[in-house]
Amino acid sequence: MKKTAEAVVIGGGSIGCSAAYNLARLGFKDVVLLEKGYICRGSTGRCAAGIRQQWGTEMNCLLSKHSIRRFEVMNEALEYPGDVEFRQNGYLMVTYSEEEAEMLKNNLTLQRKLDIPVQYLSLEEVKEIAPALNTERVIASTICMEDGQANPFKVTDAYMWAAKRMGVEIYTHTEVTGIKMQGNRVTGVVTGKGEIATPNVINATGPYAKFISKMVGHELPVEPERHQIVVTEPLEPFLQPLVMNFHHSTYFQQVANGSVLTGYGDPKEPKKINYTCSWQFLKELAAKVTEQFPVMQDVNIIRHWAGHYGISPDGQPVLGEVPGIEGYYLSLGCGKGFMISPMLGELVAQNVAGVETTIPIEIMNVERFNKGELIVEPAVV
Amino acid sequence: MTEKTIICRCEDLTAEEVRGWIEKGYGSFEEIKRISRIGMGACQGRTCRRHLLKELARAAGKDPAEIELPTFRPPTKPVQFGSVLGVERDEKDS
Repeated sequence: MKKTAEAVVIGGGSIGCSAAYNLARLGFKDVVLLEKGYICRGSTGRCAAGIRQQWGTEMNCLLSKHSIRRFEVMNEALEYPGDVEFRQNGYLMVTYSEEEAEMLKNNLTLQRKLDIPVQYLSLEEVKEIAPALNTERVIASTICMEDGQANPFKVTDAYMWAAKRMGVEIYTHTEVTGIKMQGNRVTGVVTGKGEIATPNVINATGPYAKFISKMVGHELPVEPERHQIVVTEPLEPFLQPLVMNFHHSTYFQQVANGSVLTGYGDPKEPKKINYTCSWQFLKELAAKVTEQFPVMQDVNIIRHWAGHYGISPDGQPVLGEVPGIEGYYLSLGCGKGFMISPMLGELVAQNVAGVETTIPIEIMNVERFNKGELIVEPAVV
Repeated sequence: MTEKTIICRCEDLTAEEVRGWIEKGYGSFEEIKRISRIGMGACQGRTCRRHLLKELARAAGKDPAEIELPTFRPPTKPVQFGSVLGVERDEKDS
């Protein structure tokens, strides 16, 4: 194991691998990535794989818009011999209430201002785009055909190999047990396999981020929120876009091999790491799914798993150096990490390098929680 | 087993492909599952599990019993959305 590094990234998910790659790209030598399990063990490997730009805040719109540009050319840009399976099948946002319909309209105005091609759909258009969807209760919906999905394992794999080719050292099965400080400055990382002296530590551990923050005496208000997902047997193609339903808080999509992937999280659950699958979820999901897609009644569920959002007080990403702790950076997606991992990795690397960032990052700083300046994003489930 | 023997029928993976992943450094069942989809099909690894364990054991010079198994995920057998509806059961995380 290396004894020194210019930067150490903690977390082997999509954001960590993207951050490591981007650091190397910005000229950092001796970048190390540490992962306590294996690559993609955590939230990235458990996410629903959706990628969208339909948000209600400029920051989220820009993060996702720039990320989509990077997903579009990812195979080539990262010289990936495989395919990250980015498919722009669209994202259909559906509401059953007038209030949420108003929210979608407001979001649409913002999205159009930012040149994100979102359309407001009539009920007839919804029926045409998603014939299997029960539209009885649908009040309003929008779609963006640039949105879609990608394979989280492959995206992370692509970043990992690109990072390795550029000299990044990746140590899996290596748990961080402490972070060394000198005054208010980070000086090294302690792992179960040895110590690495470094002036820069990037925390990209998603729902585990607060445990790492504790190591530098930082109370990070990011809590693990369990989400559960099921996947079905493969079906003939019947649904092109991912359907996000605000009433049911569900995401529902047919993926490349024909399987349907659908799930949700219960924000009322106690916030903790919990990988168990609950029967209650399965039952509630069955009701939510069959109400939206009656055709799913006879479809077999073959696998059920749980993962986490690392959820911040406003549910929005946290990025940048932590004020008062020199050399300690956060890069957390807070429920949308995978879909904006290209940008979260790029921006945190630019922040570490001290160069101009592609989009402004100040608003994402963890300091906002102390100042009470929360970001209000209406378009979340 | 020849190179062309299908190890995972659901995802159509041959012994050669699986050995290729192991050689590239995907050293555990979970890692190969994520990158290749082995064991993620309709049968949930009933056929491929032991074959992959053997391959991993051979590559690591270990006994198959020493190789870590992937997480067994519910439902154990495929179950329809319709049959889950209306079933009463005390909530207990499985």
